[in-house]
Amino acid sequence: MILRAEKTVKEFMRENRQAGTNCFCAVQETDLTLESGTLTVVTGRSGSGKSTLLNMLCGLSQPTRGRVLLEDADIYALSDAALSRLRNEKFGVIPQGQTALHSLTVIENALLPFYLYHESPDISYAEELLEMLGIAALRNVKPAELSGGELRRMSIARALVRKPPFIFADEPTGDLDDENTQAVFRFLREAADRGAAAMVVTHEQGIEKYADRLFRMDAGVLHEA
Amino acid sequence: MKQQINLPLKNLKGKPVRSAMLLLLTVLLSFVILAGSLTVSSLRTGLSSLQSRLGADIMVVPYEATTKSSLENIVLQGNTGYFYMDSKRCEKILNCEGIGQASTQFFLATASSGCCSLPVQIIGFDPATDFTVQPWIRRSYGEALQKYDIVVGHDLNAFVGDTLKFYGTECRVAAKLDQTGTSFDTTVFTNAETIKALIRSSLDLNMNDFQNIDPEKVVSCVLINVADGYSVEEVMNDINIHVKKVKAVRTKEMISGISESLRGISDITGLLIGGIWLFGLLILFLMFTMSVNERKKEFAVLRVMGASRRMLSAVVMKEALLIGLAGGLTGTELGLLTLLPFHSLLESQLELPFLLPDALHIILIAAAGAAITVGVSALAASAAAYRLIRTDTALILRGEN
Repeated sequence: MILRAEKTVKEFMRENRQAGTNCFCAVQETDLTLESGTLTVVTGRSGSGKSTLLNMLCGLSQPTRGRVLLEDADIYALSDAALSRLRNEKFGVIPQGQTALHSLTVIENALLPFYLYHESPDISYAEELLEMLGIAALRNVKPAELSGGELRRMSIARALVRKPPFIFADEPTGDLDDENTQAVFRFLREAADRGAAAMVVTHEQGIEKYADRLFRMDAGVLHEA
Repeated sequence: MKQQINLPLKNLKGKPVRSAMLLLLTVLLSFVILAGSLTVSSLRTGLSSLQSRLGADIMVVPYEATTKSSLENIVLQGNTGYFYMDSKRCEKILNCEGIGQASTQFFLATASSGCCSLPVQIIGFDPATDFTVQPWIRRSYGEALQKYDIVVGHDLNAFVGDTLKFYGTECRVAAKLDQTGTSFDTTVFTNAETIKALIRSSLDLNMNDFQNIDPEKVVSCVLINVADGYSVEEVMNDINIHVKKVKAVRTKEMISGISESLRGISDITGLLIGGIWLFGLLILFLMFTMSVNERKKEFAVLRVMGASRRMLSAVVMKEALLIGLAGGLTGTELGLLTLLPFHSLLESQLELPFLLPDALHIILIAAAGAAITVGVSALAASAAAYRLIRTDTALILRGEN
C-alpha cells in the first residue's frame, strides 16, 4: 500500500498583538511517499514542521493546500466518520508524550482501537505485543503506576494491535533512556520488515542505521538526506 | 478479559471524587424539583378538595360570625366554634329570588373536658335538603344516618363501630371519611336530629356559650346554590339587602385568602426551584467543562485511535446521562422518602389545605423530576462536547490547545 503527500502545505494563522494576525507556514510544499516495508525517518529541530507533516499524513490535520492520497484516493475528501474509521483500521499512531487513558488498564489501553468500534479484540496478539515490549507483567496495571518508558511501550502496543499497514511515530523515544530508545527503534524496524510502512519523526541521533529513507526537515522544508 | 468495555462508565469510575460531586449535584437538583413540585401540587389538590367540599355558591351566616372572623377560622382553618341564628331568618332567605338549592347546617364545638371524647368541630346537616356533605359521605357510607350516628373525618382517632361521647351523649361512628387535606379531616358530621340533641345536651350541662337558644329554632348557616339564570352576585346582594342580621358570603371569596397564600407559596417555591436549578445548571456546566478540559489529551488520543467527532461527543454525553440518571433517580427516591412520611408535619407548618395527589400523579411528578435532571445534565454537558469536537486534535497533542 502507498500513502502519498502531494504538494501538501500547512499554514497557521498566528495572533500577534503588535503586528495583528499573520500567516505562518509550518510545512512548505512537500511531496513524500510511504511504501509498505520501508521505515521512513524525518529528523529536524523542534518547530521545524516534522510533527505537522506526520499529522497531515495520518489524517489528523488537513493540509491547507495539496492532498494526501491513499492508493490515489484523497483521504481528506472522506467524511469525518469515514476518515476516523480509516485511521482506526489502517493507521497506527504513536503520539508525542504520555497518551494513556488513565481509567483503563494497560491491556485495555492496548485494545482500545477494537473497543472504539465494538469489535472483538485480538487479545492474544495484544498480549504478544506486551510480551515483546517487555510489559506483559503489567497488563492489569493502571497507567498511573507505570514509568515513562513503560507508558511509551504501552502506546506502541496500542498503535500496532490492529496490525495496521501504516505506522506513525511522533518522537517515540522522547523520554526514554538509550537502551529503551534502541529497543523502540528496533521494534519499529521489525514492524517495517513485517510489511508495514513506518514513518518516524524524531530529533534523536543514531536512528539512521534503522532507516530505509532518511529526511531532514528544516523550517518547513523537507530534504532527503 | 472482557470482550467490550463501557468507556463512559470506566471514565466515571476512574475519577470517583469528581463523579461523586456531579452525582451529589444532580441528586440535589432532582430532590428540589420533586419536593417543590409535590408540595405545590399537594397544596393545589388540597385547595381543590376544599372547594369541592364547600360545594355551594353562597354561605349565609349570622352577621356576628363574620365580624368575629370566626367563620373562616371554623370552615377553613380547623378551629372549633359555633354560632346560631333564628330559623325564621331562613324562611326569609329562602324567599329571596334566585335560590336554586338551599340547606341548613348546624355547628357545635365539643370540649376537651371529661364530657367529650374529643375536642372537635361537629357539623350537622339536614338530610332532606343537604347537597354538600351527603354526596361526599356516601362514598364512605351508603346508608342514611340514624339518630346518634356520626361520620368522622379521616385524621380523627376514631374508627367505625367506636362509640364517642359528646356532652354526655354517646354517638356511634358509622363511617370514616376519605382524606381531604383540609380542616374537614378533623371534623365530625351528623344529621340535624343528632346535632340538635347534642346542642341540647351542651345547654343542659351549661357548656354552651349560647344559653337562651332553642335547638329546634336555630340554625348556624344556610348553604345556597343559585338557580339557573341568576348570578351569585345578584342573589348574594338580594339576601344582604332584604334579610337582616345575616351575611351572605361567596364561598369562593372565603377561600380567596388561601388561594392568595397558595399563589404566594407557589411563586416562592417556583423562584427557589428556578434559582437552584439555574445555579445547578451553571455548576454542572462548569464541572462538565472542567472534566472535559482536563481530559482533552485523552480525547485527542481517542481521536488518534480512530474515534470520530460523533463518538467523542457520545462519550461525553453518555457520561452526563449516566450521572443524570443515577442522580435523578436517587434524588427522586430521596424526595419521596422525605416528603411522603412527613407530609402531615409539612401540612401543619404551612397551615394550608394540603392533600398529596394520587399515586399516578406522584409517579408522574417523580418521573418528570428524574427526566428533567437527565435532560439538564445532558444540556450542561452538550456545551463541553460541542467545544471538544471543534478542537484541533493535532494542536492538543502538541500541547498548544
